[in-house]
Amino acid sequence: MSETIAFTPESLAQVHKIIARYPEGRQKSALLPVLHLAQKEFGGWLDVPVMDYVAELLSIKPIEVYEVATFYTMFNMKPVGKYVLEVCRTGPCMVSGSEKILNHIRTKLNIKDGETTADGMFTLKPAECLGACGYAPMMQLGKFFHENLTIEKVDEILDLCREGQLALD
Amino acid sequence: MSKKLLLRDAHVEGIRYLETYRKQGGYGAAEKALKMTPDEILEEVKASGLRGRGGAGFPTGMKWSFLAKPEGVPRHLVVNADESEPGTFKDRYLMEFLPHLLIEGMLISSYCLGSNVSYIYIRGEYSWIPDILEEAIEEARAAGFLGKNILGTGFDCEIYVQRGGGAYICGEETALLESLEGKRGNPRLKPPFPAVKGLWERPTVVNNVESIAAIVPIIDITGAEYAKIGVGRSTGTKLISACGNINKPGVYEIDMTITVEEFIYSDEYCGGIKDGKKLKACIPGGSSVPIVPANLLLKTVNGEPRYMNYESLADGGFATGTMMGSGGFIVLDEDQCVVEHTMTLARFYHHESCGQCTPCREGTGWMHKILKKIENGQGKMEDIDLLWDIQRKIEGNTICPLGDAAAWPVAAAIRHFRDEFEWHVKNPELCLTQNYGLANYADPIPVPSVNS
Repeated sequence: MSETIAFTPESLAQVHKIIARYPEGRQKSALLPVLHLAQKEFGGWLDVPVMDYVAELLSIKPIEVYEVATFYTMFNMKPVGKYVLEVCRTGPCMVSGSEKILNHIRTKLNIKDGETTADGMFTLKPAECLGACGYAPMMQLGKFFHENLTIEKVDEILDLCREGQLALD
Repeated sequence: MSKKLLLRDAHVEGIRYLETYRKQGGYGAAEKALKMTPDEILEEVKASGLRGRGGAGFPTGMKWSFLAKPEGVPRHLVVNADESEPGTFKDRYLMEFLPHLLIEGMLISSYCLGSNVSYIYIRGEYSWIPDILEEAIEEARAAGFLGKNILGTGFDCEIYVQRGGGAYICGEETALLESLEGKRGNPRLKPPFPAVKGLWERPTVVNNVESIAAIVPIIDITGAEYAKIGVGRSTGTKLISACGNINKPGVYEIDMTITVEEFIYSDEYCGGIKDGKKLKACIPGGSSVPIVPANLLLKTVNGEPRYMNYESLADGGFATGTMMGSGGFIVLDEDQCVVEHTMTLARFYHHESCGQCTPCREGTGWMHKILKKIENGQGKMEDIDLLWDIQRKIEGNTICPLGDAAAWPVAAAIRHFRDEFEWHVKNPELCLTQNYGLANYADPIPVPSVNS
C-alpha cells in the first residue's frame, strides 16, 4: 500500500459505517460503495495503489478489487477530466437525437469518445441507457442528470463548467 | 380516468417528507399490517393477484411462499432498484417522489417475510436518489417505523441502500445478489433459487421497487379489492413509462383496462404522436420485448382492440404480439429507422453482457457488427439470415435471460420489418440519408379512432 494514500478521517468513518451494514465477516459487500467513495476522493479514477488501499481496508485480496473495479462502467480505470460528460445514446435517447448532441460535443471540444480535452477539463463518455428515457436526450455530469438537451442547452452547460459554476455533487 | 393507487399523492407538495406523507394517510397500511400475522399478510398478497412489476410478471404471493425458513438462519428482502432497461424509468419516479411509499412497502414486506435487515440495491447512476431514500429512512427510523421494536410489536427492521456500479446485468436477481456481496455481477446458476440460497446463502426474496410499493395499497384496501381493479390475471394498477416520439412522455399509472390506442392517442396519457406524424412501431415493455408494427400493436390477430395488460399484449406470442414486460413503452414514428434502432439495442446488449456465457458474449457483439454494416449500407442479403441464425443460437442458451433479451429485439425486427432490412441492402447509397417510409408497407397503418 502506498503510504500517501489514505481516506480523510470523515471518509474513513463513512467506510466503517458502510461496513457495519453487513453481517460480520461479510465486509466485502462494502466494496462497491467504498470504491465510489475512493473514486470521488482520489481524483476521479481508481489507480492500482488506490485499489490496493481499498483491499487492505476491507481485508480482501487486491485481485478481488481489480476484478470488480474493471467490471462496472462507473469506475474509471484511467485519469479523466474534471467534468465527465456521460451522454446516453441508447434506444429512446437515440430516437430523440442523442447522436446530434454527441456530434456537437465531439466537434466543439475536439475529442473522440473516451478522450479528455488537452486542458484536462472534459472527458466524453457515451453511455448505454441512464434511465431518463422520457426526458431524452440527456447526459449525466457528476451526481446529476441534465435532461431534454438541445445544442443550446449543451453549450450553456459547457460554459457553466468552464466558469466553475456547475454543481457536480 | 384510471384508478390511482401508487401515484395518488405523487403531486402533493412535500410528499417526499414523512410529515406530508403521514398527513395523506402514509404508514396507515404499515400500522394495520403490524397488527396482522405474517401469514395473514401473505394471504392478502396472494389474494391481490399482484404480479412482479420488474418484467417477468411472476405472482408475488407465490414467490414469497417459496421462501425457506430454516431455524436460526436470517432471511432477507432485497429490493431491486437496478432499473437499467432502455425505456424503463418508472422506479426512478417512485423513489424520487414517493420514497416513503417504498419504505412503507418494505416494512410490511420485511415483517411478512421475517427479514430484520433489508436492502435496496439501486443502480449506481441514480446517484442523487440514495440521498433521498436515506433521508426518508432516517425520518422513518426517528418516527419509530424502523429500528428496534417497531411500534411496540417486538419486530426489528433496518433498511440500507446500496449503490451499484453501472451494469445492466445486475437487474437479474442473482447477479444483483453477487454484486451486493461485493463481486462482479455474474448471474448464478439456478437452482438453488434465492428463496433457498440468496444473499450470503441465506433465504432471500428479491422484488422490484414497484412490486414492493404496491404492497401498501394491497394492505390498505385488502387483496380482494385490489384484485377487482384491472382485468383477468392483470390485477391492480401498473406504472407505464412512456417515451420516444410522443407528445407527453412520462410515467403513467393505468388500471390495465384501457386499449393501447387510447394510451397512445388520448390526452390523459401520451397525447398522440409528436408533430402529427404516423405511428410506425412500438416496444411496449422495455427494450428486450419484441417490437411490433402499428397494425399489430393496436389490434390483436383477430382484429380486436389490444389492451394494456399482460394477456392482451402477449396475445399471439412473439410471432405477432409482444409483452407487458417492465412497462417501458417506446414509441417510434414513421421517420424512425428500425434497423438503426435495432443496432443501438444490439450495441447496448453487447456492452452489458457480463461475458460469462459464450453465446451472449460473442453473439451480441456479432449481431451489433452485422447490424452496423447493414445500417451503413455495407450489408448483404445473407447477413439478414445470418442475424436470424445468431439470435436463434443465443436464445435459451445462456445462464440468465440477458441472452434472450438481446435476441428478441433482433428476431422481432427481422420478423416484422424484414423488408426494411432488405431495402437497406438494396439501397446502400440511400441508407444514411433516407428512411424506408411507411408507404412501402403492405399493411395499412390504422387511423386512430381516438383522434378522428
